[in-house]
Amino acid sequence: MISAMNFDFSEDQKLLQKTARDFLAEHSPLQTNRDVLEGGKDWSPELWKATAEMGWQGAAIPEIYGGAGFGHLELSLIATEIGRSLAPIPFAASVYLATEAILLAGSDAQKKKWLTALASGGAVGTVALAEGPGFPSPASLKTSFSGGKVSGKKIGVPAGNIASVAIVAAKSGSGVTLALVDLAAGGVTRTPTESIDPTQASAELNFAGAPAEALGAEGKGFELLERVLDRAAVLLAWEQIGGAERAFEITREFAMGRYAFGRPIASFQALKHRMADQYVSLELAKSNCYWGAWALSGDDPELALAAPSARVSATQAFDLASIEMVQMHGGVGFTWEYDCHLFYRRAKQQGLVIGTASHWREKLVQRLAAKQAA
Amino acid sequence: MDFNDTKEEAEFRAQARAFLDKHRKPLAKGEANNMLSERDDPDTIKRAKEWQACKKDNGWAVLTWPKEFGGREATPIQSVIWSQEEAKYSVPPAIFGIGLGMLGPTIMAHGTPEQKAKYIEKMARGDEIWCQLFSEPAAGSDLAGLRTSAVKKGDDWIINGQKIWTTGAHFSKWGMIVTRTDPTVAKHAGLTYFIVDMEAAGVEIRQIKQINGGSGFNEVFFSDAKVPDSNRLGRVGDGWRVALTTLMNERASIGGGGGGMRTEDLIRQARQAELNGKPALEDSAVRQKIADFYIRSAGLKYTGYRTLTALSRGTTPGPESSIGKLVGAPLGQEVAAFAIEMQGLAGGALGAAQEAYLGSPGLRIAGGTDEIMRNILAERVLRLPPEPRLDKETAFRDIPTGPPSK
Repeated sequence: MISAMNFDFSEDQKLLQKTARDFLAEHSPLQTNRDVLEGGKDWSPELWKATAEMGWQGAAIPEIYGGAGFGHLELSLIATEIGRSLAPIPFAASVYLATEAILLAGSDAQKKKWLTALASGGAVGTVALAEGPGFPSPASLKTSFSGGKVSGKKIGVPAGNIASVAIVAAKSGSGVTLALVDLAAGGVTRTPTESIDPTQASAELNFAGAPAEALGAEGKGFELLERVLDRAAVLLAWEQIGGAERAFEITREFAMGRYAFGRPIASFQALKHRMADQYVSLELAKSNCYWGAWALSGDDPELALAAPSARVSATQAFDLASIEMVQMHGGVGFTWEYDCHLFYRRAKQQGLVIGTASHWREKLVQRLAAKQAA
Repeated sequence: MDFNDTKEEAEFRAQARAFLDKHRKPLAKGEANNMLSERDDPDTIKRAKEWQACKKDNGWAVLTWPKEFGGREATPIQSVIWSQEEAKYSVPPAIFGIGLGMLGPTIMAHGTPEQKAKYIEKMARGDEIWCQLFSEPAAGSDLAGLRTSAVKKGDDWIINGQKIWTTGAHFSKWGMIVTRTDPTVAKHAGLTYFIVDMEAAGVEIRQIKQINGGSGFNEVFFSDAKVPDSNRLGRVGDGWRVALTTLMNERASIGGGGGGMRTEDLIRQARQAELNGKPALEDSAVRQKIADFYIRSAGLKYTGYRTLTALSRGTTPGPESSIGKLVGAPLGQEVAAFAIEMQGLAGGALGAAQEAYLGSPGLRIAGGTDEIMRNILAERVLRLPPEPRLDKETAFRDIPTGPPSK
């Protein structure tokens, strides 16, 4: 029985969040995102370096591997601020996916080599899953891992163009193995993808016998992948919350200042009721993210239910906030000059990158049904 | 983040449990309290009054009230802890909530010393039950548009008109009523608040039959009902301000959850129901829906946890607690509709889902409609400007009440 409680972040954690917000307000205003978008670049290496100096990439990495050794509650709050600023850096791919995977399953040698590099920002990590439209299953994977080499084609690899290390889901024997590939070691061809959100660009990676080693037990890669994705889902959900919150704030501000028919458009129930709905959707998502952060930080088995809940509701909240942002701005919302499309792009990209809301709903029901059958 | 009581909270909980253990039996597994349908039988009311008196005499009623009115000035979180513990025991349904939660505090704020002495102790002990006479057939969401009139005659006021949606009027001794005493001034300025004897001549109570067959509410008709001026609460023309005190004390719904049927029940039903030659649980559309309901319920539950945390730190929940009702009530309706649909050809037979479906529209209307909840969130939480109004400065009698006659 849950009773009176402390279902909130500590004062220290909130202070860390405030520091992160101030830092990003200075180093990553929306113009930074736009510079990448308009400059034909993949990311902002300067911002990546600056956040690494703040210790963010290594927030959940123990100090012995060069991390800041905070924890996942702290990382959740940093993620929110990254999301608010639409920072054009591969934080999700490198920190929530690659780092979490190595933290979970890496050998000591793998941790020493890669976590240190990931924490310092010297390396960018990613996870390579997709081979075609949809979400791959163990049966559909064609990429193979054997004899210490990976061969096959992966598409839509987040940060695929800039990553230095990739964790590749590959068939091995009768199972799936997550193969750790040093992308600088040869045997890999990268083709940039024109992306819906160019500030979170993806790439196609072709592996032709690229040297690789197994991450975790061979043949047990899909189970490991599920665990990695659960953890990434919570962290990415916090980032989505940040983006949704900022989009909503900007929309509200606009609707208060924009007059039509002699009054602020924010006074029309046709709009204010929809803004109330956005607020509700955001609050429900936030509450599920609290649950997720609690389960993640304590390694609680409830993560299996909390992660899909956080992921789905945060995806919905950010989708709604970004779609309504464009709509409520009216004509100007559809112009390149206004910032609405930066959020609209990011919301969609984040809603796909670790599996869609439908995919996570299905996962949730599988777990609920299994729990009930048990 | 953790889910544990502080030391003080744990002590308070232990005291509550000790008292409850002494006087009540714990609920058996699967047993539930508070059946609405049994609320109005005389025996239930008698048992409810006895339990309330026992709590009052032992210092466990009106926890949050000031000490001078018999309370113990408990914090909001202590009040929640008490409710959590009491809910684990077999107790009669709570029929005093409107008086204790809303009307008592209104008398404390606006009553004369005589009124406080006469009413509050009996209310707190459950000796007398109270009801709230606010809504009218033509004044629901637009409460200040009410028309029931009170006219001064000597030392009395003569009340004429109709109130509606009055919970528990048929077993209440007293009611608190807002009336119009001056139709020549603007709508909010012409109201006056009274305490009425529900057993007085000229007060007629009729139970309303709801679409689900239940009768939790009443219509109350006033025909030249006489109320002494000593029963007036607040100044003449000050009724709106007094009414706001009542409304602000409307207990914030805490704890979340809701949605009516549980996910486990839906999954069990989906295993049993057949769809396209397979169990419905294997159907992707069904699975997506179940997940969606679960996720929204979880969001509500953990929003409740956040509210509890705020309470635990001494913060009073604000208008943001409207989220619980705005999400929970439609969710209950959707879940019920979905459960019926899974039953397919067999879905017409009355069962738990059908009962829930028939009852659910009421929850989206009572205590502020979905639309009013959205206005509250938009205007009081998000600080968006109100719609312009045509009725604020106009004398009440000149405000249009329907389409112009031809």
